[in-house]
Amino acid sequence: METKLIISPSPHIHSGDSIEKKMYGVLIALIPAFIVSLVFFGLGALVVTLVSVFSCVLFEYLIQRFLLKEKTSISDGSAVITGVLLAFNLPSNLPIWIIIIGALVAIGIGKLTFGGLGRNIFNPALVGRVFLLISFPAQMTVWPEPGFFPMTYLDATTGATTLNMIGNHFGTIPDYTSLLLGKMRGSLGEVSAVALLLGFIFMLLRKIIQWYIPVFILLTVFLFTGIMNWINPAEYASPVIHLLSGGLLLGAVFMATDYVTSPVTKGGMIIYAVGIGIITSVIRLWGAYPEGVSFAILIMNAVTPLLNNYVKPERYGIRK
Amino acid sequence: MKTFKIGGIHPPENKISGNKEIKKLPLPEQVVIPLSQSLGSPSTPLVKKGDMVKVGTLIAESSGFISAYVHSSVSGKVAKIDKIIDSGGYGKDAVFIDVIGDEWEENIDLSETLVEECNLTSDEIISKIEKSGIVGLGGAAFPTNVKLMSGKDKVDTLIINGTECEPYLTDDHSLMLEKGAELLVGIRILMKALNVQNALVGIENNKKDAIKHLEVLSRKYPSIKIIPLKVKYPQGGEKQLIDALTNRQVPGGKLPADVGVVVQNIGTVFAVYEAVQKNKPLVTRIVTVTGKRLKDPMDVWVRIGTPVKQLIEFAGGVPDGTRKIIAGGPMMGKAIVNTDVPITKGMSGILLMSETESMRKTSRVCIRCGQCANVCPLKLIPSSLMTFVDFEEWSKAEKFNITDCLECGSCSYTCPSNRPLLDYIRAGKGKVNQIIRNRK
Amino acid sequence: MNTILLSVIILGGIGFLGVLILYFASKKFEVYEDSRIIQIQNILPAANCGACGFPGCSGFAAATVKSSSLDGLHCPVGGNAVMTRIAETLGQNVSQVMQQIAVVRCNGSCENRRRINKYDGEKTCFIASGLYGGETPCSFGCLGYGDCTKVCSFDAIRMNDETRLPEIDEEKCTACGKCIKACPKLLIELRKQGPKSRRIYVSCVNKDKPAVAMKACKVSCISCKKCEKVCSFEAIIIENNLAYIDDNKCRLCRKCVSECPNYAIKELNFPIKKEKVENI
Repeated sequence: METKLIISPSPHIHSGDSIEKKMYGVLIALIPAFIVSLVFFGLGALVVTLVSVFSCVLFEYLIQRFLLKEKTSISDGSAVITGVLLAFNLPSNLPIWIIIIGALVAIGIGKLTFGGLGRNIFNPALVGRVFLLISFPAQMTVWPEPGFFPMTYLDATTGATTLNMIGNHFGTIPDYTSLLLGKMRGSLGEVSAVALLLGFIFMLLRKIIQWYIPVFILLTVFLFTGIMNWINPAEYASPVIHLLSGGLLLGAVFMATDYVTSPVTKGGMIIYAVGIGIITSVIRLWGAYPEGVSFAILIMNAVTPLLNNYVKPERYGIRK
Repeated sequence: MKTFKIGGIHPPENKISGNKEIKKLPLPEQVVIPLSQSLGSPSTPLVKKGDMVKVGTLIAESSGFISAYVHSSVSGKVAKIDKIIDSGGYGKDAVFIDVIGDEWEENIDLSETLVEECNLTSDEIISKIEKSGIVGLGGAAFPTNVKLMSGKDKVDTLIINGTECEPYLTDDHSLMLEKGAELLVGIRILMKALNVQNALVGIENNKKDAIKHLEVLSRKYPSIKIIPLKVKYPQGGEKQLIDALTNRQVPGGKLPADVGVVVQNIGTVFAVYEAVQKNKPLVTRIVTVTGKRLKDPMDVWVRIGTPVKQLIEFAGGVPDGTRKIIAGGPMMGKAIVNTDVPITKGMSGILLMSETESMRKTSRVCIRCGQCANVCPLKLIPSSLMTFVDFEEWSKAEKFNITDCLECGSCSYTCPSNRPLLDYIRAGKGKVNQIIRNRK
Repeated sequence: MNTILLSVIILGGIGFLGVLILYFASKKFEVYEDSRIIQIQNILPAANCGACGFPGCSGFAAATVKSSSLDGLHCPVGGNAVMTRIAETLGQNVSQVMQQIAVVRCNGSCENRRRINKYDGEKTCFIASGLYGGETPCSFGCLGYGDCTKVCSFDAIRMNDETRLPEIDEEKCTACGKCIKACPKLLIELRKQGPKSRRIYVSCVNKDKPAVAMKACKVSCISCKKCEKVCSFEAIIIENNLAYIDDNKCRLCRKCVSECPNYAIKELNFPIKKEKVENI
């Protein structure tokens, strides 16, 4: 029998890019930050990350297999990313049972209730994180002291974050070297600016993300806090400290750029990023919480469908 | 180096058939010349069964404003006028001619000598181009005379498209290397027809020898500039090429003539030279026959109407495991239904692909990475357009300028979820255009 | 005591103010709606299928009330019964419309029509038909991707996985005509339902020349004109190499069915017993 010729519309070739390639690219970009967290928070960072990743993947598998009865999608790597990002937003001395609850909320409520990858409105890791922050404020706001490969987990000595200190005017703020390297108290993945920027550069080179969102978030926060600092330096900290402390870089580079929950077009991305920057600064300067990146991203996630619908690029060839 | 500014991709070039002499395909036993080879309405046949024709005999005349003359590409006897299955599987009217000998019409100059002088006026040139049945040879097959008329006395620049941005294809490259002198004469004829003082030839930088060759030849003519372009797909799209060479942007719904430019394909230029200087109508064209597993990929001069089968035989036969045969390049070409399909004026290449190369992967859910919007050369948002078409929201699709799409396929090519974006957009574009027409 | 009094006064005041605002707002922005629209909406089947040409049942109801006569307005889903009730409500007359049903005019199952190509694009008829004639040699026939089944609001048309042709559930079909618009090959036609749901139609739309059509499909109409000759009621017209049975003239005598050499004429819901007798 002669073989049937295949007919199909053009194009007949494909770049070979896939969801997996993109997701594993993001994971590679997260490696430097993970190494830094291992150095400063040691055993605790390892335990928290492993538990978070493992439970995220497991919950995705169990829910898809037994509750939704559909093909599982754990191999595409998105659950792993959610696990890592959730862990990166937690203090390294968080008890295992709380992490598991966080993972369940992140995957179960943040992702799969909406229909899984591609359909969720909010960044799943942030949904998990904010849930934990509100439910377990005591455990979620004590931060272990950074060391050098400390072998402590639940028994780590703790203190307040930089933002906490500048918000409430106490303690000594770490010097700039520590801020850049990440030798300070904070969530385990958010501390090192250098490592996060390395990841950012990697993702840019591999064309995994576009630069608009991170750059515009950082720019907005810098300008906003800079102006406030210029008006009243005694009350408001310098913008550089704002850029380098807290979850801003982690949020700007890895969380706000989550494909599914960020806008598609350049214009939309810029509005979204500026929105995140403003909300973050407002919460940091005047809010009850010292840190506001998570809330800012979640709020702007909710605006994303609107931006996708209304912000369209100008028609080709028509200039204003 | 110059290139267009918005979007674009760089697929593997795979130009495996290049750097060879252009061969001539032996005459087939029968040619099948379709009556609708160009954009627009089908031509009206002038011959009937049993008529004897020579090479270059007019067999069908233009039947409307956008329609083209068709000439016999062989000498022999008209066997029948009947339906032939075209590349899409639909029956189309065609003239079947049994080949007897190879006798050309008397007024056609078959010598290889270069004729430089052209004393015709602009209108005479355009009318000669029309009578020779010349259409755009880059793929769209738009009648050349109509395009020239639209830009005559209105434009200031003639742009020649020598980019050949489609992967695999090399026919324009070979043509530029072998027929450089003729091409320059052709460009000057077109400049005269349009009454312009400037011509820009855009060639992608992966054809350095062709750029060099034409640069040397064009030194005599300061009005013709050869411009190397950065390799990027879809540089051969009219709007992209105009943007790359002149920084002008053709707004949606407008023609290149509206920004003072007419674009012609390099293959068309050669056809124009032959028609005007040698009285030779468009009866042959150069076709790339290629494929990774094909024995002898090459560029061939083919008589219009030759079955694709014959061309593939000449290049070493269909290799085992071939599952897809594409007329044109892999980005914008059309997979043909069988190898009895005749070569038409708009077919620039025949590409053979194995199953692993050609089968699509299963499409998955959109992760809204925005890559399609990023590579779209016309600032569209393919992912949104696909959704609009899927839900039949035609007014929204129109508002998001679906009709601007040039069907370059960059979105589908780049999508990490393997979504068939262009399938939907192409179908939706047709529908929206129809709605707009009905409104008028 | 004073506190309680004060809060009662303030809250009561706010409440009263709200009542006033609401009252005036409802007066000011009141939209007059003919009460008959609601009445008619209650009569309509509430399928909101859009088959009548209006956006949903409420749109149709508004149109019936607005227009002076019911000519040209018809709810195919509710049929004559519903239209009569609407006419009674509005005090108008309505002409009885013959009940119709959709038929698929292609019998090119996998067995009857060989597949010569494999289509690898997006599997909807709308997209496939834009570029290709289909996987078979017949470029007129059913593509088999089921666009018609997707638009049906009544689950009345379904793809048969074996034949890869759509099948119509006569019980459920309301002749709304959505599938007709969805089919890019114009295969589906509304025909008179006929007595006891008996119908005869040509199950082919191939307009190729007989020899081509013959090769393309085992059950194609080859325009041999035998049916035209055998028909006593001039119900069969042959145009463009294709036979068509006019359902206004056909008397369901079934002569053409047995006459067709290519089994392209289909009969539905006739007793099988009689046919057996004929065959013997």
